[in-house]
Amino acid sequence: MQNLIDGILTGSYISLGAIGLTLVMHILRFANFSHAELLSIGAYAALVCDALVSALTPAFAAKLGPLSLTWSLIAAIVVSMIFTGLSAVVLDRLVFKRVREKGAELSMVFASFGMALVIRNVIGLIFGLSPELYSKDIAFAVVLSRDPLLLVKPDQVFVLLAALLLMLILHLILSRTTFGFSLRAVAENPALAQVNGVNLNRTIMAVWLIGGALAAAAGVFYGLSHQIIPVMGRDLVLPIFAATIVGGIGSVYGAVLGGFIVGIAANMSVLVLPAGYTPSIPFLLILAVLIMRPHGLFGEARA
Amino acid sequence: MPDPILTAEAVTAGYVPDLPILKNVSLAARAGQITLIIGPNGAGKSTLIKAVAGLVHVNSGRILVAGREITGQSADRLASNGIAYVPQNNNIFRSLTIEQNLTLAARRAPAQTWVPLESLYTQFPALADKRRDKAGTLSGGQRQFLAIAMALAAAPRLILMDEPSAGLSPKAAQEVLEHARTLTEEGVSILLVEQNVNQAMRLADHCYIFAEGRNQLDGPAAELLNDPVVGEIYLGGRRVGAA
Repeated sequence: MQNLIDGILTGSYISLGAIGLTLVMHILRFANFSHAELLSIGAYAALVCDALVSALTPAFAAKLGPLSLTWSLIAAIVVSMIFTGLSAVVLDRLVFKRVREKGAELSMVFASFGMALVIRNVIGLIFGLSPELYSKDIAFAVVLSRDPLLLVKPDQVFVLLAALLLMLILHLILSRTTFGFSLRAVAENPALAQVNGVNLNRTIMAVWLIGGALAAAAGVFYGLSHQIIPVMGRDLVLPIFAATIVGGIGSVYGAVLGGFIVGIAANMSVLVLPAGYTPSIPFLLILAVLIMRPHGLFGEARA
Repeated sequence: MPDPILTAEAVTAGYVPDLPILKNVSLAARAGQITLIIGPNGAGKSTLIKAVAGLVHVNSGRILVAGREITGQSADRLASNGIAYVPQNNNIFRSLTIEQNLTLAARRAPAQTWVPLESLYTQFPALADKRRDKAGTLSGGQRQFLAIAMALAAAPRLILMDEPSAGLSPKAAQEVLEHARTLTEEGVSILLVEQNVNQAMRLADHCYIFAEGRNQLDGPAAELLNDPVVGEIYLGGRRVGAA
């Protein structure tokens, strides 16, 4: 049970990361290996912003009830989502757009590998390689039940609820608004979307903004439950890809489900496998799903 | 004779810069009429339509709609300015519902041109019953009607239709083409590419015959229908006239 709870928590930030990746992969048709670095950018941006807000308005540095979270960190999450979304747009303008216009799809993949290394090391240069935390206080877990022993930290509940809220907002945008229809239209058939009046460049920008913003939230949520280190992108890239592929590339709902599947499977696996094998679980999931459903659980063959 | 809504002047266009598919083609489509383009495969019919829709690069020549030059404008801008394009294949968004397809299509243009969804459903009753279903569940004929309804959703001046009857049963093909005819009676102009030559020529006002990327022959559809030269172009692929 405890593993299941941890798995759901892990799943919530993997899902957020995977949603952005699946949108970018589907609309721009390339495997963006630098997507997980957006989580790092988001986590560090929130760290800086949190420190700034706390220093300027100490009243915001007070903790919220049982959470280790403060108002300043909540403000920092919002700022970081905007900052990371814009960073993703800038990254596209500076690197990916140029490669897209001249190179092949594979060049995009290599470019994203390169960008991942660059971002990771720049963060290391600025912030140093040692881990950072949003709160140095010890967070006490709340005991849900003693037999079997179930522990949940209040922060974990916040992370799960916040992740679900973001997913709900995205769902409403995609299913209720013309903007959402146009995103889905471009994902399915860019040329047809254009003749229906959708501006491709603007849509691509919106996709980077959304993907970056969700990645930032995922990065902060990861930081809240673990620690913030420059190489966190390296550790997260595989589970995020697995979630995307398991869910089916292009399917937002698939990415959400895939994220939870990967998170739960990785955490449950320690029951049967030595903990050192946990990182291999996403690989096994990708294999299993691709053998049975080559386009993923929710994916469709492209026309 | 009505004024031309669409004029192509010596248009050369293609998918790759130095390999024009369409060579020096001139054409005029008149307001409120069906202008038909026929010709063998590879004649450049679809390329012309795509060039007008802004999806194919025009190397030289000019395209004018209602007297205003539109050459080189982006597809989404043209779509917002009253030019609707119904592609031959993949002309609907399968993952969106019928209602979402129509809403998206209507919102391409300024609000005053949005056609109420209800009036589209009255025109296409088969779509009304399925408005909440994914468009991917529609039959071939229904998809074609949805694609046409999407074109109409923003009250276009000109509709470009690329083989709307392709892949349909003879009955559905007839329905789609007859629907196109009724649209012109409401003032819409249509540039139609068809392989279904006999049926299409009976409905069209004016007909152009393309072969090998050039405009070979044109005239009132009723006259060309009985012209033996038309048969020769199709059967023999022979060049006609000055080309």
